Amino acid sequence: MIKKSILLAAVATVGFAGVAEARDQIRIVGSSTVYPFTTVVAENFGKKTGHPTPVVESTGSGGGLKLFCAGLGVEHPDFTNASRAIKSSEIETCASNGVEAITEMQVGYDGIVMANAKNAPALELTKQQVYLALAKDIPQDGEWVPNPNMNWSDIDPSLPDAKIEVLGPPPTSGTRDAFGELVMEAGCEEIEACAALDGDEFDARAMTMREDGGFVEAGENDNLIVQKLEANPAAVGIFGFSFLDQNRDKIQGATIDGAAPTFENIASGSYPVSRPLFVYVKVAHMGVIPGMEEFLEEYTSDAAWGPEGYLIDKGLIPMDEGMREKMREAALNGVDNVNM
Amino acid sequence: MTKKAGSTSTSMEKMQATLSRRYAAEKRFQSYGVIAIVLAMAMLVTLFATIIGTGYTAFWQYTVRLDVTLYPQDIDPDGNRDPEVLAKADYQSAIKDALYSLFPEATSRQDRSAVRALISPGANFVLRDKVLDNPDLVGQRVSVRVPLASDFDQVLKGNIDPDVNFDVIEERSTDIPWSLPPDERLITEKQAGYLQQLIRQGEVEASFNIWFFTNGDSRQPELAGIWGAAVGSIFTLMVTLALSFPVGVAAAVYLEEFAPKNRWTDIIEVNINNLAAVPSIVFGLLGLAVFLQFFGLPRSAPVVGGLVLTLMTLPTIIIASRAALKSVPPSIREAALGVGASKLQTITHHVLPLAMPGMLTGTIIGMAQALGETAPLLMIGMVAFVVDIPSSPLDAATALPVQIYLWSDSPERGFTERTSAAIMCLLGFLILMNAAAVLLRKRFERRW
Repeated sequence: MIKKSILLAAVATVGFAGVAEARDQIRIVGSSTVYPFTTVVAENFGKKTGHPTPVVESTGSGGGLKLFCAGLGVEHPDFTNASRAIKSSEIETCASNGVEAITEMQVGYDGIVMANAKNAPALELTKQQVYLALAKDIPQDGEWVPNPNMNWSDIDPSLPDAKIEVLGPPPTSGTRDAFGELVMEAGCEEIEACAALDGDEFDARAMTMREDGGFVEAGENDNLIVQKLEANPAAVGIFGFSFLDQNRDKIQGATIDGAAPTFENIASGSYPVSRPLFVYVKVAHMGVIPGMEEFLEEYTSDAAWGPEGYLIDKGLIPMDEGMREKMREAALNGVDNVNM
Repeated sequence: MTKKAGSTSTSMEKMQATLSRRYAAEKRFQSYGVIAIVLAMAMLVTLFATIIGTGYTAFWQYTVRLDVTLYPQDIDPDGNRDPEVLAKADYQSAIKDALYSLFPEATSRQDRSAVRALISPGANFVLRDKVLDNPDLVGQRVSVRVPLASDFDQVLKGNIDPDVNFDVIEERSTDIPWSLPPDERLITEKQAGYLQQLIRQGEVEASFNIWFFTNGDSRQPELAGIWGAAVGSIFTLMVTLALSFPVGVAAAVYLEEFAPKNRWTDIIEVNINNLAAVPSIVFGLLGLAVFLQFFGLPRSAPVVGGLVLTLMTLPTIIIASRAALKSVPPSIREAALGVGASKLQTITHHVLPLAMPGMLTGTIIGMAQALGETAPLLMIGMVAFVVDIPSSPLDAATALPVQIYLWSDSPERGFTERTSAAIMCLLGFLILMNAAAVLLRKRFERRW
C-alpha cells in the first residue's frame, strides 16, 4: 500500500513536470573558458536584483552553440558562452530552427600561456620555436620529415638542454583551437617552406601536433596540468592565464616573442597569444524571460568588466573603453550583429 | 628386503622433496595474496591521506571582527522591520564604514580598494542574514564576524607560503615570515601590510566554517558551500528510490516466483545482467533523448536525474532481490501452501518478509552507486553552476559529485581545499550508506 502510493506520487511528479511551462530563471550554456566569468556575473546579478540566480552549464563552445541554436522557447537556453566566434554553419542551423536575431557580445580577452615549474629554467620562446617543437612533421632541407627535435636545445642552442614534453588541451577544447591558430600557424608562417603551402595543406601541416610523446593531451582540467608541472619540472603546460595567475608560487610563464605573459602585456596586446571571449544573446527571448536585460546590464557595468571590475579580479583581460561601450549598446538594444 | 627398503626410502625422499615444494608453493601463493592486500591498503591510505591532508583546512575559515553601526535610516527607513525591506537594504556601506575605521590612514582610492579586498565580497550577506534573524539589531552597534577573502585565508592556512601559517596569528607582534618573493605571494605587498595590521589588532580569528555546510555554490571560495549540491543529491536519490525500489522488487518477484521458465524469461534474465554492465554515460544519452527531448521535462532537474539513475540502479536491485528470494528455502513456501495459503499469501506473508533484508541491502548499494555518478548527469544538464538551493525536484540543481568536479576545475586557489573537503563529505555519506547495508544484513538476515 505504502509502496503503491510512493509509486503514484512519483508518477504524479513526473506528470506535473511536463506541465511546468513558464520559466523565470535565465539559462546559460557554453564554453568552460567563459564559465568562470559568466558565473560571477550570474551570482552578483542574483544577489543584487532578487531574480533567481541564472543556471550556467559548462558544455564547451561547440556544445553550447548547438543547444543555443536548437530553437526558441523556454526549453532552450537564453545565452551561450563561447571562446571562439560563431561559425557560419552554426548561424544557418540557428536560422533554420527559428533563432534569427542573435547579438554577439564580446566580453574581453583571455591569454593562453605556456608555463613550467618554478624550479626549472625559465623559457624564452618564439612562435617558430614552439612550432618546431610541437608539429608532427617539420620542413628540413626542402622536405617534410617527422619531427626530429627531441630536446629544446635541438631547436636552438640557447634553449635548455631538456626533453621536449608539453602538456596541452585535447582537440575538443577551444583553447587548443586558439593555440593552434595563434601560435602554431603563426610559427609555421615564419618558415618559408611552410608559408608556401596553400590553404588546406597549410592548416593540416601547421595544426597537426606530434604524437611521439613530445606533446601530451592532458585533458580539460587545467588544475591537473598545473599539478603535473609541479611534479615534473621537465614538462611545460599550455592553459589559460587565470591558472598562471593563481599559481604563481608554483609555476612561471614562458615569454613568447619576447613578451612575458603578464596581465599588462596581454591587455596591451604585446603578448601575442590572446583571444576574444564572447557571450551570444538570443534576442527573441528578451522581454519574455524575466531579467535578461538586467543581467546584460550587470555584465556590461563598469563594476563587472571595467578596468577594476570583479571580472578582472577573476582573470578576464578587459577591452578598451570604446569597445566596451559599443558592446554594451549592442547587447542592451538587442542588435542583431551576427546576421549582418 | 634391502632392495625394497631402499626403494621405500627413495620414494620417501622423493615425497619429502615434492612435499616441501608443495609447501613452498603454498607459501608463495599466500604471500602473493598478502602483497596484494598490502598494495591495496597502501593505495587506500595514500588516497585518504592526500584527500584529508588537503581538505581538512576547509572546515575552518578565518574571519574578521567588524563593529558595524546599523543606522535605521539606511537599513529600515519606514521603521516597521518589514523582512522584505530588510532583505533588500544596503549593508555594503555599513560594512565599508566599519572596515575603513580600522584603517584610518588609508584614504586614497587605491588604498581603500586594497582594504576592501581583505574581506569577502559577500560580507554584506552575512550581515543581512544576521539582521533578518534578529531585526532588533537595527539602530545598534553590532559586532559581526565576516569571512576573510579567500586569498588571504589561503595565505594564513599555509597553502601558499609554507612558512606563513597559523603561528602568525598566535604571535601577533612579529612580522609575517614570508619565504616567497613578493611577486609570488598571491596578495600584494600593500595588502599583506593591511593583513598584518589586522592580525596585530587581534581582529582575525579562525572559526568553524559553517558556510561550507549551509551555502549553495559560489564563485567566491570563502562563500561556496555544499548544501545546494547535497539537497540536489537528496532529491535525485528520493526519486530514484521511489521508482527503482518498487519496480525492481516487483520485477524480481515476478521473475522468481511466477514467470514460467522458458526462452523469453532466459532472454530477459541475460539482458538484465547485461544492463548492469552498461556504462552510465549511455543512460545519460538515453535520458536526454527520452525524458528531455521527447517528454519535454525541464533541464538540470533532479526529477530527470532520478529517472536516469533509476534506469542505472534497476539491474542492481533486480539481481540482488532475485538472489534474496532464491535464498528463502522452498520448505517455507511448501509449508505455507500446505496449510492452505494462496500463492499471493505465501509470497506477501512469508517469502517477501524473509527476503526483505537482502533486497534492502541491494537497494542501498544501488543508491550508493547512484550517489557517486556524474557521467549520466552531464547529458541532462546537471553539471551546472547553481547558486539557489533547490526547493523541489523540479528546480535546477546539481549533485555532490558534480560539485566536486566543477570545483576541481576552478582556477581559484581556495577551491583546492574545498574540493577535497567535499570529497570527504561524499565519502562520509557513502560509508554511512554501506554501513547501513552491512547492519541490515547482520541484524535481520536469516540463515537456514
